[in-house]
Amino acid sequence: MKTIIVVGNGMVGYKFCEKFVAHEKSENFKLVVFGEEPRPAYDRVHLSEYFESQDAKALEMAPKEWYLENQIELVTSERVLDINRDSKTISTSKDRIFSYDYLVLATGSSPFVPPIKGVEKKGVFVYRTIEDLEGMLAYAADLKKTKPNAKAAVLGGGLLGLEAGKAVLDMGLEPHIVEFAPKLMPRQLDSRSSNVLQLKLESIGLNIHLSKATNQILGNGSIEGMEFGEDDLLYVDMLIISAGIRPRDELAKTCGLEVGVRGGIVVNNKMQTADEHIYAIGEVALLNQMIYGLVAPGYDMADVAVKQILGEAESDMPTDIDMSTKLKLIGIDVASFGEPFMPASKGHSIIYEDKTKFLYKRINVSHDRKKLLGGILVGDASDYNMLHQVYMNGMPIPEEPAQLILPSSDGATAFGNVMDLPDEAQVCSCESVTKGQICGVIENGEAKDLADVVSCTKAGTGCGGCKPMVKDITEASLKSLGIEVKDSICEHFDYNRQDLYKIIQVKGYTTFNEVLDNHGNGGHGCELCKPVVASLMASIHADTANKEYAIQDSNDRFLANIQRNGTYSVVPRVPGGEITPDKLIALGEIAKKYDLYTKITGGVRVDLFGATLKQLPLIWKDLIAHGFESGHAYGKSLRTVKTCVGSTWCRYGMDESVSFGIELENRYRGIRAPHKIKGGVSGCIRECAEARGKDFGLIAVEGGWNLYVGGNGGANPRHAELFAEQIDNETVIKYLDRYLMLYMRTAKPLQRTAAWQERLEGGIDYLKEVVIDDKLGIAKDLEEEMQTLVNKFECEWTQAVNDPEMMKRFNHFVNSKEEDDNLVFVPMREQKMPEPWK
Amino acid sequence: MLEMIATTKKYETVKTEEVTVWFKAASVNDFPKDGGACVKYKDLQIAVFNFTRLNKWYATQNLSPEKQEMVLSRGMIGDHKGIPMVACPLHKRIFSLEDGSNLNGDLEPMATYPVKIIDGFVHIGFAH
Ligand SMILES: Cc1cc2nc3c(=O)[nH]c(=O)nc-3n(C[C@H](O)[C@H](O)[C@H](O)COP(=O)(O)OP(=O)(O)OC[C@H]3O[C@@H](n4cnc5c(N)ncnc54)[C@H](O)[C@@H]3O)c2cc1C
Ligand code: SF4
Ligand code: SF4
Ligand code: FES
Repeated sequence: MKTIIVVGNGMVGYKFCEKFVAHEKSENFKLVVFGEEPRPAYDRVHLSEYFESQDAKALEMAPKEWYLENQIELVTSERVLDINRDSKTISTSKDRIFSYDYLVLATGSSPFVPPIKGVEKKGVFVYRTIEDLEGMLAYAADLKKTKPNAKAAVLGGGLLGLEAGKAVLDMGLEPHIVEFAPKLMPRQLDSRSSNVLQLKLESIGLNIHLSKATNQILGNGSIEGMEFGEDDLLYVDMLIISAGIRPRDELAKTCGLEVGVRGGIVVNNKMQTADEHIYAIGEVALLNQMIYGLVAPGYDMADVAVKQILGEAESDMPTDIDMSTKLKLIGIDVASFGEPFMPASKGHSIIYEDKTKFLYKRINVSHDRKKLLGGILVGDASDYNMLHQVYMNGMPIPEEPAQLILPSSDGATAFGNVMDLPDEAQVCSCESVTKGQICGVIENGEAKDLADVVSCTKAGTGCGGCKPMVKDITEASLKSLGIEVKDSICEHFDYNRQDLYKIIQVKGYTTFNEVLDNHGNGGHGCELCKPVVASLMASIHADTANKEYAIQDSNDRFLANIQRNGTYSVVPRVPGGEITPDKLIALGEIAKKYDLYTKITGGVRVDLFGATLKQLPLIWKDLIAHGFESGHAYGKSLRTVKTCVGSTWCRYGMDESVSFGIELENRYRGIRAPHKIKGGVSGCIRECAEARGKDFGLIAVEGGWNLYVGGNGGANPRHAELFAEQIDNETVIKYLDRYLMLYMRTAKPLQRTAAWQERLEGGIDYLKEVVIDDKLGIAKDLEEEMQTLVNKFECEWTQAVNDPEMMKRFNHFVNSKEEDDNLVFVPMREQKMPEPWK
Repeated sequence: MLEMIATTKKYETVKTEEVTVWFKAASVNDFPKDGGACVKYKDLQIAVFNFTRLNKWYATQNLSPEKQEMVLSRGMIGDHKGIPMVACPLHKRIFSLEDGSNLNGDLEPMATYPVKIIDGFVHIGFAH
């Protein structure tokens, strides 16, 4: 049994493990991995997501158990200090010595910190590890306490620097980017595109300082500013250095392996160092005199190293390594591929620029105009994947190459179908997945939808940039096999929910049969389409569930939640969770009168269980007499707006969360939506109301409310995303009206806001454009529609108990006043429960 | 266990030719259009469906074959690939209204009964 030791458990070190486990010949080897960080490898590419989630587990490449299950010995928090090539051993920071047959150095790189006077001051950070981010978050939080308008700068305007700039913005500090070069992203962009990018970034609030060499960091212990020239100062309270990376090649130096002048362990195209038993991969490896600071080439290196060690001598790195990049997270599309800047000697450039729209597109084509050589996209990179493929595969381009980037009036694209790509086209460069592999898993039946494709091939699980194309190929491929990817609601309609919404709205239909007869497939409806139409009628006409009760879902039909023995539970509304002692007593007395099992719900209301059909209206008459109304716990509609006690009582409160919560709950009560909606309002960032776990959440901050949208608990918990900051009550309602109405108009049946938002093309940024900037010009309509629904609200239980016709349905039998004789209750903890299911 | 078999057996399909009693249940107006309601006959609970779109009436046991609860009359009706069906409100299992078979699984079929409308009244056929 031979031993392989991997030094470094970063992204590439982990990929080595994964490829090793998957290799059929790995059995004869033992794999030991040393990582200096306290946790197993995580996804550094998506590090910035930590600001939002603060969930380190979510970033893990694989949990600790994975290593265990695959017999990999993972040693964390232990740094390898020394290599002894003669004895083939390493020694670690815990004074332990291990021997190896093969050694793989995957030590990555560290941020380059320029030797500026004062960089050691407090408040100066680098951006590489989870610990770095934790440090920044804590420092920023402290800063804001004493200085509400604190500023932070990022040193470096490259890919990473801009990502850090966005992080600063999200932390609520005034962001500044300081770049030495005369343009942003100097390695990827030409001056014109850089200019466009700068304009756009400035428009979202980033302050950009170009051609600035920092001489000194000012401050007494903690950073207070940066000095560029004698009178050229920038006062900042925090600094993030993002001035490039330096390979962590110190181990090579301890044992005399060759390193490059600017760092990096020299390897051949088999990823071997000068010592045939030692390999170097990832950001520490110097291949073709280059450090490749991207994951995709690192993953390829891991693959080659595994194969080499396990005996596939012919495997090696390709000579052309793709360095195309797409910037993520900054809220603006930026991408470059192939040769972004090209000398005129090699070909022509075609440039399209529209500064009013912050748009710049450039493609470089060969002199004979037949080949695409590279390009730059700023402002709209939606064609990046396709252009990248055309470039990578040398595919033919239109006779008029400008068509590739000119906006087309009819929305048609100059590209052919994704299915025209050759099978060997690499669609996902992070995971080296080709188009052929994607089609393959679909053809052999392994994958039936996009989720299957992703789990079978891993395509899209790296940087995620290829996802749209993976989706297109999957859909086209399914279609070619005759598997239709329709999102129509059921067999009775060829329309999806959004289509039906429009149809009903435009035609003004008011009954299910009208819709079915005019637009259905000739059938009679089912349990899928009936509730959808019922919900649309409610969203469009503010109809209550009483109107056409036979098409309502089980719960809506009887305005209560059916429980497992066919009895119901009753939940009256308690807006914002505020209730007087008298009303609480009334609830108790009613529960006692009808012998109902009583429990506080997850949404902090009182739930009364075990009511029979016949009892429902009687209970409600009593409840209504005590001033209660329906809580719509049975409906796909607003449930509760959970509140913390806020500034009315809490010593930390910044605003009246209860008052606002009540206002919101009363505003949106009863409104039917594709799925249930929950809200939350917290009086300060301590977030006692768990508002970020709701479809909409508000947190009071200095100067207003921060609005979050699209969160939920349930089976797939997700935190709501920050949507707008420091807005007043009126603006909250304005945005929420528009947001909710848009959701009601366009989501799929039973799709919560989280899933809707996640699948919305353009994501949260697009939502902001529509809701805040009114890009589609529909904001007014949305507000009016919502206002109509608000005005038309009626408690459906009050409506039902006052109408003898409506009351008829609340009887177990049509021909007898008796109760269901099948019901059996058994005692439980001083209350009752239905007899268990057999 | 024994008891359960006994309960299920309570409901057995009746064909029109086996009918000995036409039980007058209620006025047609007591049933919702394209929906159902429950009828009591002796110690039986029968779900009766007014399938207005087909201009047809159906009767089945009210007992859910899956969970043995009296809920089917509260289910939603419609068609599944052209077969008239009812969906159980508990877990959306669907059953043919024609022959009681489970259309999305292999649960026990439900018992079905013939229905006749006489002078605006719904009559259900039983063997005894
Ligand atoms: C914020 C951010 C965003 C990025 N975005 C992108 C992107 O969008 N696309 C892209 O392609 N790339 C991106 N990158 C770059 C990408 O993360 C790196 O290319 C990749 O992580 C390199 O992997 P690695 O395993 O070589 O190095 P690392 O991930 O740095 O892993 C090296 C590990 O080895 C450990 N180590 C070092 N020395 C020792 C020792 N002596 N003993 C034990 N352990 C040791 C280190 O602690 C570290 O955990 C981004 C990087 C950052 C920081
Ligand atoms: S969120 Fe803030 S205001 Fe509300 S209860 Fe908690 S600490 Fe108090
Ligand atoms: S978590 Fe499951 S068991 Fe509990 S109430 Fe929800 S659906 Fe029922
Ligand atoms: S290209 Fe990065 S995940 Fe596919």
